[in-house]
Amino acid sequence: MRNTFINTLCDLAEKHDDIFLLCGDLGYSVLEPFAARYPDRFLNAGIAEQNMTQVAAGLAREGYNVFTYSIGNFPTLRAMEQVRYDVCYHAANVKVVAVGAGYAYGPQGVSHHTTEDIAMLRALPGMTVCAPADAGEARAAALFMANHVGPGYVRLNKSGEPVLHDASRPVKMAPGEFVPVKDGQGTLVLATGAIVTPMLIELRDNSLDWALWSAPFIGGYNRETLVSMSHRFQRIVTVEEHQLSGGFGSSIIEALSDLYATGVLRQMPKVERIGVPNTFISTSGTQEYLRQVAGLTLANVSR
Amino acid sequence: MTSTPAYAKQLRQRVLELCSRKRTSHIGGAFSVADILAVLYAEILDITADEPDAPGRDRLFFSKGHACTALYAMLELRGFFKGYDLLEQFTENGTYFTSHVNHNLPGVELSTGSLGHALGVSCGSALAGKRRRQPWSVFSILSDGELDEGSNWEAILFAAHHKLDNLVAVIDYNKIQSFGAVSEIMNLEPLADKFKAFNWEVEEVDGHALPALQDVFMRFKESRNGRPKCVIAHTVKGKGVSFMENDLAWHYRSPSEADVLKAISELEAV
Ligand SMILES: Cc1ncc(C[n+]2csc(CCOP(=O)(O)OP(=O)(O)O)c2C)c(N)n1
Ligand SMILES: [Mg+2]
Repeated sequence: MRNTFINTLCDLAEKHDDIFLLCGDLGYSVLEPFAARYPDRFLNAGIAEQNMTQVAAGLAREGYNVFTYSIGNFPTLRAMEQVRYDVCYHAANVKVVAVGAGYAYGPQGVSHHTTEDIAMLRALPGMTVCAPADAGEARAAALFMANHVGPGYVRLNKSGEPVLHDASRPVKMAPGEFVPVKDGQGTLVLATGAIVTPMLIELRDNSLDWALWSAPFIGGYNRETLVSMSHRFQRIVTVEEHQLSGGFGSSIIEALSDLYATGVLRQMPKVERIGVPNTFISTSGTQEYLRQVAGLTLANVSR
Repeated sequence: MTSTPAYAKQLRQRVLELCSRKRTSHIGGAFSVADILAVLYAEILDITADEPDAPGRDRLFFSKGHACTALYAMLELRGFFKGYDLLEQFTENGTYFTSHVNHNLPGVELSTGSLGHALGVSCGSALAGKRRRQPWSVFSILSDGELDEGSNWEAILFAAHHKLDNLVAVIDYNKIQSFGAVSEIMNLEPLADKFKAFNWEVEEVDGHALPALQDVFMRFKESRNGRPKCVIAHTVKGKGVSFMENDLAWHYRSPSEADVLKAISELEAV
């Protein structure tokens, strides 16, 4: 999905001649086509993510639509205060793109495990957080971010994820909305990012008649969508490749609870959250292995 | 007792095995730092594998965590990994041998992998050593690319201001970073002058000349003159295997079987 996102951005930059791509000394064998096609709108800012983000804010105030690109924690947590203050507070037109969501860089260790970014980025006012599940969603994310004016965050897995959505037509997705993947009764599995596809496989393998929706955008949910979802399903199981504290599941609980507290919802659906149990996994392992260690499976959800 | 050149040679051989067997990257940066590690671990650092956390040990912080194979191989050679099987376990599910340096392993002071962290932490260790009037030293090995990070320059200011003369920073100046040449991405020159202007004592050395490395490390370790020390080690990325030298591709590629055969004969010939 990383290549799909970058290649789509590369094509979009033809028409959107304000798109500027900054990288933090990364992108070997990925960013070269963009750099070759638009040398005036590409720069390797070096291994200096905080400054890269500040430069992005400066370019944005001069009219560019800036994308910063690096691995997981580096353009995000490393430059968190710059993202908050220079980008979000000033509503700068900067899109932060991180590759290696969750355990996509599993064997590389905790420096490369991206498991707190959703909590931190979604806390920022004005930030639109996007976590595509497959290449189709990544393409739609590039299209959305190219047209969106203001701060954005795109959390990409890496490469080799299976296709989730029908690849013959564009994925329809918008902030506040979910993308239905599979129909079902009683329980809705609501997942975000590349972990959506393994959930579909688990549901099929276990012949579970539960629904599955993908949540490519996190936060700012459409109120009507949440209300009808709550009427349709008795239980919602949220799934994310991210810590439980403050993550995607938390964002769903917060939104539902707010509707319940204000009387819009008369009953709260039961929400069970699957996520990393607020721990660092210090051992090596493939993405699949570390997902198992973290308990990111439907096996523990009561049937 | 193994000689320093023998350590350097065995270290490179082990790195080659690890990177080819487990299909991992970053062999170029492991080879460029190999001689620096061999000298430090053979002749300079006061450490013992039997007590990796001995309070009076010298501390070595390895900031360029992606070149973990070099540090792991060195620690293995020095006997720190008894009860482990590095070659078997490297990057395997459930082991601590992650492909960036992992502090859960004996002899490793700090997990690294996010660049630009270790020098600041080294300053904290060195400050503690000074406050408690300890004789031990702190060595910190950095890549050239990570000198892009502002965090390093904050630490460089701090170390001089607080007169951390028990701290030696070693720059593995191999002139290549992730996406091109250092001189093209973020020029560091004049690097020695920068450290001097920040009130560090600086020496430039051929980072593959074992006696020269030994000499400067020894002098810097013993000198307590109120100034932190910096060794700018001019190195070659991929040093030791001709077709890997000065080639960005070997920041990423893992050696094929044919590559290994060619590389082994070159390493053997040294
Ligand atoms: C904060 C941070 N940003 C980016 C990276 C990704 N990265 C890994 S190695 C590397 C650069 C490698 O060049 P250099 O630092 O000079 O190391 P060496 O040449 O010694 O291998 C980069 C940018 C990282 N590990 N940490
Ligand atoms: Mg380098």
